[in-house]
Amino acid sequence: MTEPALEVRNLRVEFRVAGAWHAAVRGVDLAVAPNETLAVVGESGSGKSVTALAVMGLVSAETGRVAADRIRVDGRDLLGLSQRELDRVRGDRVAMIFQEPMTALNPTMTVGDQVAEALRAHRGMDKRAARAESLRLLELVRVPSAASRMDEYPHQFSGGMRQRVMIAMALACRPKVLLADEPTTALDVTIQAQVLGLLADLKREHGLSVLFITHNLGVVALIADRVAVMYAGEIVETATVEALFARPQHPYTEALMASTPRVDRDIAALAPIRGQVPSIREVGAGCAFAPRCSLAVDRCRTQGPTLAPSATGGTVRCWLRSA
Amino acid sequence: MSAVATTPPGLARRLRGNPTTWAGIIIVLLVVAAALSASWIWPVDPLEQNIADRLMAPSAEHPLGTDSYGRDVLSRLLHAARISLAIGALAIALAMILGSAIGIAAGYIGGWFDTVVSSLLDVLLSFPTLLLGLMVVAMLGPSIENLVLAIALTELAPFARVARAPTIALKERDFIEAGRALGFSDLRLVAVHIVPNLLSEVVVVASLWLATAIRTEASLSFIGLGVKPPTATWGGMIREGFENILDAPWLAVAPGLAILVTVLGLNLAGDGLRDAVDPKVRRD
Amino acid sequence: MLGYLVRRLLFAIPTLFLAMTAVFVLARVVPGDPALVILGDQASAEALAALRERLGLDRPLLAQYFEFLGGIARGDLGTSLVTGKAVWAELWSVLPYTIELTLAAILIGVILGVPLGAYAAVHRNRMPDMLTRLLSLAGLSFPAFVSAILLLLAFSIHLQWFPVISAPKVDDPLDRLRHLALPALNIGLIMTAYVTRVARSSMLNVLNEDYVRTARAKGIGSLAVLWRHALRNALIPVATVVGLYLGTMIGNSVLTEIVFNRPGLGKLILGALNLRDYTMLQGLMVFFAGFIVLANAATDIAYGLIDPRVRYQ
Repeated sequence: MTEPALEVRNLRVEFRVAGAWHAAVRGVDLAVAPNETLAVVGESGSGKSVTALAVMGLVSAETGRVAADRIRVDGRDLLGLSQRELDRVRGDRVAMIFQEPMTALNPTMTVGDQVAEALRAHRGMDKRAARAESLRLLELVRVPSAASRMDEYPHQFSGGMRQRVMIAMALACRPKVLLADEPTTALDVTIQAQVLGLLADLKREHGLSVLFITHNLGVVALIADRVAVMYAGEIVETATVEALFARPQHPYTEALMASTPRVDRDIAALAPIRGQVPSIREVGAGCAFAPRCSLAVDRCRTQGPTLAPSATGGTVRCWLRSA
Repeated sequence: MSAVATTPPGLARRLRGNPTTWAGIIIVLLVVAAALSASWIWPVDPLEQNIADRLMAPSAEHPLGTDSYGRDVLSRLLHAARISLAIGALAIALAMILGSAIGIAAGYIGGWFDTVVSSLLDVLLSFPTLLLGLMVVAMLGPSIENLVLAIALTELAPFARVARAPTIALKERDFIEAGRALGFSDLRLVAVHIVPNLLSEVVVVASLWLATAIRTEASLSFIGLGVKPPTATWGGMIREGFENILDAPWLAVAPGLAILVTVLGLNLAGDGLRDAVDPKVRRD
Repeated sequence: MLGYLVRRLLFAIPTLFLAMTAVFVLARVVPGDPALVILGDQASAEALAALRERLGLDRPLLAQYFEFLGGIARGDLGTSLVTGKAVWAELWSVLPYTIELTLAAILIGVILGVPLGAYAAVHRNRMPDMLTRLLSLAGLSFPAFVSAILLLLAFSIHLQWFPVISAPKVDDPLDRLRHLALPALNIGLIMTAYVTRVARSSMLNVLNEDYVRTARAKGIGSLAVLWRHALRNALIPVATVVGLYLGTMIGNSVLTEIVFNRPGLGKLILGALNLRDYTMLQGLMVFFAGFIVLANAATDIAYGLIDPRVRYQ
């Protein structure tokens, strides 16, 4: 088996809320093979974005702390690196695309300069070379008339175009790993399809490993090879995308699917999940999903299940469903 | 994490965690107490001249020395506190009443009236308090009343602004419409429904601008547009003391520090109060 | 950009008109009888009447108003009642001193205040931040003349590093600088307090912005993140505050110039006050009002220069 491009072992991220530390991510293991797209699915508050931020070293030390057995990108250990050493890796070997195309770009810097910045920092390019390469990147992500638009500011771009700029910025140094945090959530459906198509093309051409974070199962079906479902800071199920949609194992995955509209099912069959994702302060002993689970038995409420092999060849965190 | 809902703690609790705010409140209370009990703490006549003892350095008999007329500086300092604080407080009260009334009127009436008043307020707001106060007193002539009026005028705009915006929002609400349908007068509707809603913000503005009012009074008095001698005010004492800055620096320094401590106390208290009352503008 | 500039300047005209009307009301209507203000209660009826005629106060208020506006439109601020010289001429002779003082103070304020505020923001709620906050609040609490007196006592009188009487030799740059140092430091430090506060809070806001996180993700180094991404955006509110503070700074210059006995607008105002030079005061009021309206417009324009979003609206 080839070494994964991104490997995370036993990740734990805690935040300080009202003077006490609470875990937002607990015991998360992830591995993304070269040229693979792993989708991380979950509702907001499930810890999926925090996981990506932790890999990038972007969890603010003032409010949060990160612990893990291993965070490895392209064969390099990121754990315990100084800020300076980390800066040599991020933006170069691993890059991230953020959700909010409106606010994630610097309003007072031209689009071209923002793309060129990483090239100058990591590739040591001079101004002209970086500019030429930025132009090539903007054309690569299909920004129309990129040559003239690269001197414009983000507010002169539409949401979809900004997200393309964001992708160009992330791909500038040809990273091995791309973390995409809900990159299409804020976009219109048609634009969303275009951007997803672009990402898929780029992944194929560049041999990228993508960690794709989303709450949208429709997007998962389009783009992912494998899926990890997160709930309340833990991974509750992993499976190939085919297996997940054919035979979801965890009750939460089932509930998530039942609450998602699908072309091949009657809209009346939609079943919203009752209750809410528990806040990170409320997680206690037992399975975190138990309070909302229709199958929960006594054991679920007192003893947390571990992640075990599932019937479909993946893993599942459920007393009733592990193989 | 956004998922965590915390109930907003009470005003007192929010203030409790902030030692600088309390330091400010205590300073202000001490200054006010000293001003009120001036004759009791240091029972010396602030106006009694003794030319033989002029410009004496601080001693046990005169802890802060004497001025060029041989008057006791400590006694003058304490009595000046009364006048300076009173002028500042009166001016702020006046600015609060007039400013809020203007703001409410502009917001309630709306239309071109609001446009004109708002642009006038913008000009007033950008006009430096000292220069405006100086011009007004120069035109009216120096006296306590005119001083109060001038300082009030310079500080109208912040109150008007803070009163105007919520008035616009409130006048569209159902209870105002209902009140009008029932035939209540506008004045009554404003008094019953709008004024109580503005109170907390207006009071915060007052606490913040009181410091500026006291500073403006001192500055005007220093320039010579303040209360007429021999009545002592801090600014006036500095003005007199400055003439003897080489021989008796304490004459100017003592009232200068008094102003500084008072204004700093008010600023500390006002800052904390604003943060506590208005979570929107809270600084982390 | 040019369109924005022209639009903003045109926008200043109605404001300017309102401000001038306010000055007229303050100078002519509020005092009741300006002649009485000038000459005092003991003046004879003839003297009062003569002065009223000389100042045109005997004519209808509306006629006075239009003449007043006409004068301003022609750039005429009137003539001094005392010296008989044009108010403009008097202004021109002292303005360079005040401008010199103001620019030096802005320079000190921005050079010290922006890094201090940014530093405090980055170290939020730790010792340097607390100290900076307390010091800047103390700076804001100083009436300009009190701090001026303390500086004068410490550096001119006690240490004798700087001259006490600040009338510099005009053609000696070094002497000019020596005389400028303390007054500029006085206003500059107060300015620093303002700038520090604003820079800190605006930097705190900016550091939480998504684009700062994006910049961090690029691995360009924390200094580049702070400098290219955070600080530039944080400077926008700072520029506004510097602009808005110009008016207050003139007030502080007046007090400072009095303490340091330095020529400038402050002494001009003080002289006019002491001599009851009514026309001079009115002319100065017009000047200040116009200056402040234009300074506000200039601030908005500067805003547009820093923030491309404003320019293209």
